[in-house]
Amino acid sequence: MSGEADTPKVRLRGLSKRFGELLAVDAADLELRGREIHALLGENGAGKSTLMSMLAGLYRPDGGTIEVDGRRCSFQSPRDAMAASVGMVHQHFMLVPTLTVWENVLLGAERLPWVVRPGQAALEVQRAADDLGLRVDARALVSDLGVGEQQRVEILRVLMRGARVMILDEPTAVLSPGESEALFVTLRALCEQGCALVLISHKLEEVRRLAHRVTVMRRGRVVGSFDAPRAVTAEDLAAAMVGREVSLELQREVPALGDVRLGLSRLQVRSDRGLAAVNDLSLEVRGGELVGLAGVAGNGQVELMEAVAGLRRAEAGEVLLCGAAATRLSARQRIALGLRYVPEDRTHTGTAPSLSVLENLALRRYRDRGRWLRLAPLEAHCRRQIERLNIATSGPDQAARLLSGGNLQKLVLARELEPERARVILALHPTRGLDARATAQVRQLLLDARGDGAAILLWSEDLDEVLALSDRVAVMHAGRIVRVVRHGEADLATIGRWMTGGDPAPEAGHAT
Amino acid sequence: MRLELRPRLYVSPARSALSTAASVVVALVLGGLLLWAAGVDPLAAYRAIFDASLLGGAYALSDTTVKTIPLLLCGLGCALAFRARLWNVGAEGQLLLGAWAATGVASFWLPAASLPSPLVLLLMGIAAVVAGALWAGIAGALRAHLEVNEIISTLMLVYVAQKLINYFVFGAWSEGGFPLTPLFPESAHLPRLADWAERFPSLSGLTAHLGIVVGLLACGLVWLLLKRSVWGFELRVLGDSPPAARYIGLSVPRRMLATMLISGGLAGLAGMLEVAGVVHRLQDRFSPGYGFVAIAVAWLGRLNPWGVLLGAFLFAALLVGAKEVQPGGISMMLQGVVMLTVVAGDFLLRYEVRRLEERTGA
Repeated sequence: MSGEADTPKVRLRGLSKRFGELLAVDAADLELRGREIHALLGENGAGKSTLMSMLAGLYRPDGGTIEVDGRRCSFQSPRDAMAASVGMVHQHFMLVPTLTVWENVLLGAERLPWVVRPGQAALEVQRAADDLGLRVDARALVSDLGVGEQQRVEILRVLMRGARVMILDEPTAVLSPGESEALFVTLRALCEQGCALVLISHKLEEVRRLAHRVTVMRRGRVVGSFDAPRAVTAEDLAAAMVGREVSLELQREVPALGDVRLGLSRLQVRSDRGLAAVNDLSLEVRGGELVGLAGVAGNGQVELMEAVAGLRRAEAGEVLLCGAAATRLSARQRIALGLRYVPEDRTHTGTAPSLSVLENLALRRYRDRGRWLRLAPLEAHCRRQIERLNIATSGPDQAARLLSGGNLQKLVLARELEPERARVILALHPTRGLDARATAQVRQLLLDARGDGAAILLWSEDLDEVLALSDRVAVMHAGRIVRVVRHGEADLATIGRWMTGGDPAPEAGHAT
Repeated sequence: MRLELRPRLYVSPARSALSTAASVVVALVLGGLLLWAAGVDPLAAYRAIFDASLLGGAYALSDTTVKTIPLLLCGLGCALAFRARLWNVGAEGQLLLGAWAATGVASFWLPAASLPSPLVLLLMGIAAVVAGALWAGIAGALRAHLEVNEIISTLMLVYVAQKLINYFVFGAWSEGGFPLTPLFPESAHLPRLADWAERFPSLSGLTAHLGIVVGLLACGLVWLLLKRSVWGFELRVLGDSPPAARYIGLSVPRRMLATMLISGGLAGLAGMLEVAGVVHRLQDRFSPGYGFVAIAVAWLGRLNPWGVLLGAFLFAALLVGAKEVQPGGISMMLQGVVMLTVVAGDFLLRYEVRRLEERTGA
């Protein structure tokens, strides 16, 4: 016991993991100390999650050793890892929505008692949460909880099983800025109490603010570590991640405006719950123009996009696509007119997960030859796209679900932004969850499509992104467009005020 | 020794076929153990089964072919629906309706005796396809538009179909109070090999009928549809991810309904071939549950049309052969064991089992 301060809490040596052709983790070393927040930084597909999944017992390493508290471990399952006090909070929560918080916590317990006394169990869970400083209501139904709260339940569950080492896989990817701040407070407190935390992330700023140490991974290898991340710049970290100097600058030329490609007039759309989501909305987007929607999520952006795509019925109003009246056209007819759509959910909507990369790239082309399918001629096209966008894949036959998030998004964009075919592009959160390099690449692809003359309507929660890319920014609030400003005409703070409904324009719909 | 399971990321078609073949072999071994435990000599039993169904010369093969036909068509119907993740488990009901409609055309609704045989057979086929399709279409429409679970609706419709057939067989169409309808006129009989016995004496007594040609054609068509057509590609997208299907502009309810119609139509055709090729009338319990066995056949064939053909042939051989051995439930038992080993084999396809070297700490 006495030497504990010197022995690292966790020591990974030469861990390797191969998935088929792909060497996901290549002889990675990592040390974790008690009472530290250790950030694992890297691009999508760098091997961060795979490395940590081995520590958490989800994958078995092909080589290398894991030591916890100086003892060599060989985990067969997450349960074994848990017994050695290592737990993981996944990016996608693994909670049963129809059960309450305390029931979910109990489900994770090592030994479930034969008879559960609800009142007492709920009380115990509540007390544990309060002791740990986690704000949760043990009796609430999980389906009623917000994302941030669900995440706290996951954390509570891992801690109540005795975890002293907790891995968090991109915990802020799903959180709003406010929720992220609350999470950081929680994490710092847990660290004070003696937990070792691993934060898997590709967000440079949060890593710099939160972590005591940073380990950077690139292409499956550990390529560097920083002991005092606050002392290094974001550029240094980015350079380590990417392996060369990255320019976060975009090539953005003055738009060459063409005809009106997308015209919306007095559009009204209802949400799934039957409420008015889009209210009397009018907007025009020209060829060669990128219009960004700014707004707090849930103000009708998704419903608007779906209505334009033909996936949701418009109650009233008109949609004009490339000069044709499209209000009554089906989604398929709109696609034929050159409408392209980068959906929010790229894993099940933007792609069919079990189909191959080739088949997924063919989703807009498979009908080219009439009733009969000929994918073989598309193989060359597929290989060109893989090369052009640098998609990391073992080849056209690989199933799409085996691509990492960034590569999957590149696949979707390669298909949706095809120059000759894409005339109107709707893009939802195109860079969500992507690392710095993939983000820059995706943004450049959007600007390139605009340069090729496409009309683009963009909706992203990342306001900086909307401001950086858009020729015009349309501020949405409560299903209406409250302001439209040109690129550079208004700053972040002003737009933020408009987004929350403040300072309404004297004459709705047009800028100063 | 400790074992480890790891998911396979890629399963090649060859490995998949090999796994299925191995499953069947394992099933025969397990079935042999069960037979032995029941006091039967397994080798003798298997010899009797395969003599009667495969190795016993032309008669045996002909009998097996006859049973292959309905299993093949129903199996194709199931496989097509399963590809779209529509669980049509009611092929039996669709088969019954098909047989019913074919009987109506042959014996009651048209003066079939005075019409040319090809025309009668064609009309019977069309009627059967339409009837089977509509029967499946009820469940399809309920699923597509009201989200009624098709597993339950298709299964329940089997029982409705059985009662409906009973009404006609015992009542409205009954011949002299017996549970069967009058024999079809000659023009409504599918040609059999035995029909040419006068010219080729060796064919005498062989009951294999033209239905096998229809079955093989259907097999080829379904393969073409699934593998080579835009429609089949969209079906695979739908089966893999309904939101993605919507996203590429597919009308999901319409496609679900269409898939169920085709699936039911194939099963209905099986019913027509059975009455026109084998029994030549509609009678009580003419199907020993072909539509249910077909579900297993579809899985055994891994939802691939040519695989379904092999699966149908194997199960037909079991059905034919098991009649020759005692106790009588052997065929059912073997079918069950095959199903279990195929499902277990599926697990081994998805996961790799590796032996762990026990490593001692350094």
